Amino acid sequence: MQGNEMVKTTQSATATKSFFTIMGSSKTKSAIEKVMSVIFVACGLTAVLAVLGITVYMIVAGSPAIGKIGILEFLFGTRWAPTAADPSFGILYIILTSIVGTFLAVLIGVPIALLTAVYLAEVASPRLYKMVRPAIELLAGIPSVIYGLVGAILLVPLMRMAEVAIFKGSETHQFTGGANLLSAVLVLAVMILPTVVNVSESSLRAVPKELKEASLALGATHMETIFKVLVPAAKSGIVTSIVLGIGRAVGEAMAIMMVSGNVVNLPLPFNSVRFLTTGIVTEMSYSGGLHRQALFSIGLILFLFIMVINIVLNVILKKGGEKNG
Amino acid sequence: MKKMAIILAALMVSTGIMAGCSSAGGSQSSSQAQASVAASAASQSSEAADSTGGLTGSLSLSGSTSMEELVKALAEAFNEKNPDLVIDAQFNGSGQGIKDAQDGKADIGNSSRELKAEETGLTANVVAIDGIAVIVNKENTVADLTIDQLAKIYTGEIKNWKEVGGKDTPIVVIGRDAASGTRGAFEEILKVADKCVYAQEKDSTGGVKTAVQSTPDAIGYVSLEAADADDTVSKVKLDGVEASEENIVAGSYKLSRPFLMAVKEGNTKAEVKAFIDFALSAEGQEIVKNLKLITVK
Repeated sequence: MQGNEMVKTTQSATATKSFFTIMGSSKTKSAIEKVMSVIFVACGLTAVLAVLGITVYMIVAGSPAIGKIGILEFLFGTRWAPTAADPSFGILYIILTSIVGTFLAVLIGVPIALLTAVYLAEVASPRLYKMVRPAIELLAGIPSVIYGLVGAILLVPLMRMAEVAIFKGSETHQFTGGANLLSAVLVLAVMILPTVVNVSESSLRAVPKELKEASLALGATHMETIFKVLVPAAKSGIVTSIVLGIGRAVGEAMAIMMVSGNVVNLPLPFNSVRFLTTGIVTEMSYSGGLHRQALFSIGLILFLFIMVINIVLNVILKKGGEKNG
Repeated sequence: MKKMAIILAALMVSTGIMAGCSSAGGSQSSSQAQASVAASAASQSSEAADSTGGLTGSLSLSGSTSMEELVKALAEAFNEKNPDLVIDAQFNGSGQGIKDAQDGKADIGNSSRELKAEETGLTANVVAIDGIAVIVNKENTVADLTIDQLAKIYTGEIKNWKEVGGKDTPIVVIGRDAASGTRGAFEEILKVADKCVYAQEKDSTGGVKTAVQSTPDAIGYVSLEAADADDTVSKVKLDGVEASEENIVAGSYKLSRPFLMAVKEGNTKAEVKAFIDFALSAEGQEIVKNLKLITVK
């Protein structure tokens, strides 16, 4: 309200009795400036404080168990039996599952998403665009528990059929009834689509028109122009979209918990597996003592994971940006 | 570059929030559970706050971790009536509890199993029974398993339903997360602790039921009360005995365990008698029922 009024009065420059006139004393104006700048700083700091707070808390809550278990045993142990008579807290398979699962999801999801983005930005007719665009937006808005539910009802039974066919007569394979790594990967691949599509599309659209026109004028076809001019020019935005996709995939818990089986195993496609996120969620509610602390440590590892991904890709981005710029 | 920085910051915050959520979520749910136990205990004690009351000494309990929830709920309700009574409860395993009761280190030794032959000099007071039902999909034709078959299914020695008289399909072994008391009891009774090979681990009784309901080849275990709650899964007989409260109380259904409070013979402390009487009273058994356990009175 005050803002509007200020605009109005300055535009018309009429001397009203408003607090904010250009005729107002410089004293009140500078006070307002100062107050607003403090408010802005406070708002900006909220995010910084939240990140700092979470970082400190995760380190404080996650470190003790790692100290008690031993960092090597924790990170490279393959046996997770927190409540056994002789408990052991090795999360290597859990870490590997998160890495492999995310990698496969990105491998499947990103090409589809990139081509969709190119399609939306360059190829689609306006009528089709009006259909595909809202579909992508809806996909982004669907809660993850719905992804999990649909995955559990539709995907898992299909996986079960595939499993029974592939491992027919196998003596060594443990049948999971379709709740396995592959189901989780497929769900994750669909979940990262909207993120990657949206950011990639806007970066493709941000490529200066002149580049495209020059390419076409030199005799390149539309497809050549897309893949040799537009996509390379939009590279940094596309990489960002992939980072965001990875972030979403690594951090997802609810959806994959319903389709992955949740048993600590080597991440093979038809094995029942446990991710870092689902490991925490599954056992947190009833756990106690060192077991509970160890779950916080898994949280810390997950947190570090995301930080490392961010930093590494940020470095790559910076290099790419310098080359482009 | 500015855009990158903003996106990066957003990503960091969002992941941070997720990490925060998972931990906060966990502790919240457990504190809620405690609160509800306290609330129900409080409401019951207020209904009949005039019975015993007025004890001022101390009472020490030691033993089973599985009984933690029950003992805490009982102690809380008992304390409502006897505000000056100091109750000290340790949860360090049934064996330790029995030993502490024998040695006089604790007034009551909590045990979630029968006393062994060599554990003498104690009076065992069964205050509740924990019953577990084995469930399979409605389509499954297997209706009866022996205890031995069940143990072998869970340790992965039996992998196909045809080995126990069913169709030629692989068995999908579903269980609970490592922190679950039901899992602890199940593995302990079958003597397969830490040897089970699960295909799926669920974090709730409902999760196990849903998975068994939707997977034709699945087998799972849930508390008896949950298996009887509706008709979505089939209960399996064990050694020919159906899982029911009567059979558990009669002792013929094996997949159950007593929650008992062992007291050293000759211990005549009034507090001890009062506490056990309270656990066996209508009010105490109401608490037992609220915790999805089988009442003994």
